[in-house]
Amino acid sequence: MELIELHNICKTYHLGDIAVPVLKGVSLKIARGEMVALMGASGSGKSTLMNILGCLDRPTSGEYWLDGRDVSTLSADERAQVRNHSFGFVFQNFNLLPRTSALENVAMPLSYTAGHLSERQARKQARKVLEQVGLSDRLDHEPSQLSGGQQQRVAIARALVNNPPLIFADEPTGNLDSRTSAEVLEMFQQLNGRDSITIIIVTHDALVARHARRVIHIHDGLIVEGAYAGGIEAAPRPADPASPAAELGGIG
Amino acid sequence: MKVYRTARTAMTALRRNPMRALLTTLGIVIGVGAVIAMMEIGTGSSAAIQKTIATMGANVLLILPGTAASGGVSFGSGSVTTLTPQDGEAILRDSPAMRNVAPIVRARTQVVYGNRNWVPQQMIGTTPEFLDIRDWTGLTEGDAFTERDVLNANKVCLIGRTLARELFQGESPIGREIRVKNISFRVVGVLSAKGANMMGSDQDDILLTPWTTLKYRVTGSTLSNPNQSAASSTSSSVNTLNKLYPGSAPELYPKQSETQAANTPLPVRFANIDQLLAAARSPEEIPAAIQQITEILRERHRIRTGEPDDFTIRDMTEMTNTLTSTTRLMTNLLLCVAMISLVVGGVGIMNIMLVSVTERTREIGLRMAVGARARDILRQFLVEAVVLCLVGGAAGILLGHGGSRLVELLLRWPVATSLPAIAAAVLVSASVGIVFGFYPAWKASRLDPIDALRYE
Repeated sequence: MELIELHNICKTYHLGDIAVPVLKGVSLKIARGEMVALMGASGSGKSTLMNILGCLDRPTSGEYWLDGRDVSTLSADERAQVRNHSFGFVFQNFNLLPRTSALENVAMPLSYTAGHLSERQARKQARKVLEQVGLSDRLDHEPSQLSGGQQQRVAIARALVNNPPLIFADEPTGNLDSRTSAEVLEMFQQLNGRDSITIIIVTHDALVARHARRVIHIHDGLIVEGAYAGGIEAAPRPADPASPAAELGGIG
Repeated sequence: MKVYRTARTAMTALRRNPMRALLTTLGIVIGVGAVIAMMEIGTGSSAAIQKTIATMGANVLLILPGTAASGGVSFGSGSVTTLTPQDGEAILRDSPAMRNVAPIVRARTQVVYGNRNWVPQQMIGTTPEFLDIRDWTGLTEGDAFTERDVLNANKVCLIGRTLARELFQGESPIGREIRVKNISFRVVGVLSAKGANMMGSDQDDILLTPWTTLKYRVTGSTLSNPNQSAASSTSSSVNTLNKLYPGSAPELYPKQSETQAANTPLPVRFANIDQLLAAARSPEEIPAAIQQITEILRERHRIRTGEPDDFTIRDMTEMTNTLTSTTRLMTNLLLCVAMISLVVGGVGIMNIMLVSVTERTREIGLRMAVGARARDILRQFLVEAVVLCLVGGAAGILLGHGGSRLVELLLRWPVATSLPAIAAAVLVSASVGIVFGFYPAWKASRLDPIDALRYE
């Protein structure tokens, strides 16, 4: 079964009396274990689609099936629960809590789960995921003492702490230089390849999108190319040395 | 989300910005501190004022014998002598509200020493308890007479400052003999100066002796009844016809000669006294004391229900009223100050919490994105406010208590630790936290995660 299925999703904002349609019927399927780049110019609706996919917002109409469950009609509290259990978020500006240690930043989402973990278990889990992103020597550092790349890795660790099947990354390399960008993207690929976590990266950077095995283009609220279309997607991929050739064949 | 976790999250959030947390609590610290200090100093002052007023006689009761009436004509209070020293003892024994009781016998005659003489305004026969009841502590010279002097009707006396000045003119009166109605009294002590009372009469113009001495040696009558007409009720030999037809009433028994009468004085135990002076334990217990005295005396005097009392009890209503109204005024004043400072502190908390919510919009957005529900956010900010208020309240209690102790130490003001005030301060600071922390917390919980995450 597909992890995500969108059926004719529409989203319309109301600015006073004027209705502004942002998404005009988006249908989409994303399978488990995929690594997808969501591309589009600013104003194309990619952020709105990302918010709906991430259960931060509700579509005006249409159906959103997440892992066989319709989540487009859930209440705010239920969506919070879905976000907590199923999603990890990575943001462009990291969004770490200031003056708080990396360990506590990572453990923070655990305090909103049903509370089945004790304080010690939570810290242990946080330490584990920090080791996973290679920051085991920076546990007690505050964000201001970490470099941009390290901060983003803390943010990735925070996204991983609940073992979610799906990670949303909103311009994850927007504030990073090219070298650390490459590191972060490599980490996403690792997570995707080794732990088979589904990853959705929102970006406007074609270089970033090239790391994904599938690119979905949004233009003016509609998907232009995407779902296994292959056109644009196929062209740049051979030029990218980072993509493993075996998996390339699997998707094609 | 467990309560413990919430509290911990709140504490971590507060620790992240200790300066702001400190400034936020400052309002509550000062508010609660001021309340505690005011309450402690106020309670102390109030107690001191009460004590001072009590010294003026606010807790003193005067029990007077009842009224004699003949043919519808009343002779005014004190016209029959119904009180005995045993009444006084019984009152002290049976009434829990009483601190002390002293009998009083009065006389007014000339006092002579050498070639000087003086008529003191008050010549009072009593027991040593009198001094305690009137809060007349401390003698200028000498000692008070004792219980034994009362039992033996010893010829000793205490004199007031005015009398000492008039008779002795600067020399020490201790051990000197003064004469009252040709009976010599040895002066054993001089009372300290008390000055004029509220009505302006000199309280130092006084002579105190054991009541037995005054009654049996000076006034020399077993029935000290100034009103002869009232005596008719007790004497069967006197009626109005006797005056019209003297000697018409037959004598049943031979009349006692003066020698016989002098040889067989009436026993002391059955003597009557003029008044009883009683002191309640505190001015508040006066009403209870009056009721208890009434019950005891009615029973002792065998007065049936429905019959009027044969005594009257007088209290210092004027003073007691002053006392209670002073206390009430103090308490209300303190309450007003307390309310104002706490409300100001609460507004301060609300103010800073609102700023904090705005400043931490991104954090709120992030928490919501990783799965915090609106009520989790509401609870977090509410707990932060309550923690701030409680910590501030605790600090305020320490500050206020320390402050009042300092005042006690440096200024020697009376201070009393007030436990209800401390309990109220804790309660009020917690509720201030909830009331003034709710709006900012509610505002935080209503934020939209998308907007909050994008907030710059």
